[in-house]
Amino acid sequence: MIDILTNPFVIRALLAAVFTGLAAPAVGTYLVQRRLALMGDGIGHIAVTGVALGLLTGTSPTITAVIVAVLGGVVIEVIREKGRTSGDVALALLFYGGIAGGVMLTGLAGQSAATLNIYLFGSITSTSAADVWVTIALAAVVIVISVGLSPQLFAVAQDQEFARVAGLNVRVYNVLVSVMAAVTVTVAMRTVGLLLVSALMVVPVATSQQLTRGFRTTLLTAMGLGTLASLGGVVTSSFVDVAPGATIVLLALAGFIVAWPIGMLVRRRHRLTAPFAADAEDEFSLDPRHSAVPESHQHEHGEDCGHHAVRHGDHVDYVHDGHRHAPHGSHYDEH
Amino acid sequence: MNTAPDTTIEIDDGTVSLGGRPVLRGVDLAVRHGEVVAVLGANGSGKSTLVRTMMGLVPTVRGQVSLFGTPLERFHDWRRIGFVPQRATAAGGVPASVREVVGSGRLSRRKILRPMRSADRTAVDDAIAAVGLADKAKDGVSTLSGGQQQRVLIARALAGQPDLLVLDEPTAGVDVESQQAFADALRGLVDRGATIVLVAHELGPMAPLIGRSVVMRDGRVAYDGPPIAEAAEIDHRHDPGHAHHHPGLQQTGSDYAPLVASPIDRTPGAEDR
Repeated sequence: MIDILTNPFVIRALLAAVFTGLAAPAVGTYLVQRRLALMGDGIGHIAVTGVALGLLTGTSPTITAVIVAVLGGVVIEVIREKGRTSGDVALALLFYGGIAGGVMLTGLAGQSAATLNIYLFGSITSTSAADVWVTIALAAVVIVISVGLSPQLFAVAQDQEFARVAGLNVRVYNVLVSVMAAVTVTVAMRTVGLLLVSALMVVPVATSQQLTRGFRTTLLTAMGLGTLASLGGVVTSSFVDVAPGATIVLLALAGFIVAWPIGMLVRRRHRLTAPFAADAEDEFSLDPRHSAVPESHQHEHGEDCGHHAVRHGDHVDYVHDGHRHAPHGSHYDEH
Repeated sequence: MNTAPDTTIEIDDGTVSLGGRPVLRGVDLAVRHGEVVAVLGANGSGKSTLVRTMMGLVPTVRGQVSLFGTPLERFHDWRRIGFVPQRATAAGGVPASVREVVGSGRLSRRKILRPMRSADRTAVDDAIAAVGLADKAKDGVSTLSGGQQQRVLIARALAGQPDLLVLDEPTAGVDVESQQAFADALRGLVDRGATIVLVAHELGPMAPLIGRSVVMRDGRVAYDGPPIAEAAEIDHRHDPGHAHHHPGLQQTGSDYAPLVASPIDRTPGAEDR
């Protein structure tokens, strides 16, 4: 067993897995924050053409994939910024063009679909020493930027207009995130594969935000979870003959399935202990139409209290024994 | 044109069109240091576009905008400006704590790739305390109420300790308690001599702070002068639902003006300046 893990192939794959597992969720956090969770998937499709171009020309598919993916990432960002209404349609054209072009070029290069499979779903035995060093170097750059520039990237993703008025060059940061996503996709291509890489960018973030309240903790937890999933996947696939990409993604999803109910419980408990938000109008004089209801309540109305909630202007009424109650500090008003 | 040294914002013939539709038509406006200006007007009157133009977020078709005497295209001293954009929520796709969102307000004063200094942390804590959210600093913004999220956005702008604070409808849909917290936070800035431009539907507890009202109508300045009654009074005529009234809360209630349009409407340029 130790023999397998000290196999040079496996050591390389493990190294690549650690860096990929750190970099993918780091970039993924910003994509999720900007509600572009599927952008990694789109870039992955485009990168297929890059890989095929490498196969066709006999150069390193990693390098051609990086170039094509970065170009694709920039084009996506431009389309997103310029085209408002038809943006997603334009993206779809790009995605499918990418994957179709890839399959076409691979055929022209005389390669079988099996060759392409290595890049689509990952393979630990296909990584050469040179590839591993490229992977590590690129991933390290991505990790340093996404952690080091996190205050700026956070501000831009959170609120573009505010970031512009704060003097940040929003366009540069947006393109930077796109380029980092593109680089990460190609870096992760060897371990997770192009079709599944988006999962490693998004699922650890989804898992960690079940349990976290802050952005930085979400980012770092996601990076930790991504590393665990990606290491676990490579180790598993070095013993069992399965593509590492599938194992990595299933492990990441398993993490989410475990975290989800825990997050639900934590949030539910938080909601139960939180005071009822009814302090809004307490200190001010009463409306002439205002009538407090003298009856006592066994429970406080709130979300999920079982009473039908009716939105009423700036507050919520609860239908209670045939009339509508609005919480008002210590008592309830009749509305 | 003749930018006086004490002018914070100067718009000269500001004309903006969005999607081919004119939104601002030759607006002339000068705001001096230390003024507290309320920009009022009905929906679609161009008041939001006016402040977004001031911030350089909307390109002008014609005319010139200057901040602190510098034309906008050459203006780089963004640390002097705090902006509160019109937002329904402060939350994004990923959880963020109140302190993190407010911390963004220090970016214009921080060097890139340097950690926050203690002055930054103090300013962030002070800004959070100023809007009355000190006990929620570590909470996720998405768990806060709408009014509290708006207060977070105000705190973010306050954290940069701006000389000019521009707020785009910060109190839309915000409960009275939060409005009072805003007003108190703004008063602190006013006392420090900051300039404030505030787009609002209803001024509520902020009314006593206002020193000048600008009423927008159809992309033009329809009124510019001493504070007038709240635009809210006008809008309530169209409110199909019920409205809560809190007598005694609105000090300007006696100033009731039924409609901005006719009695005080003037053609642009007719105002003496």
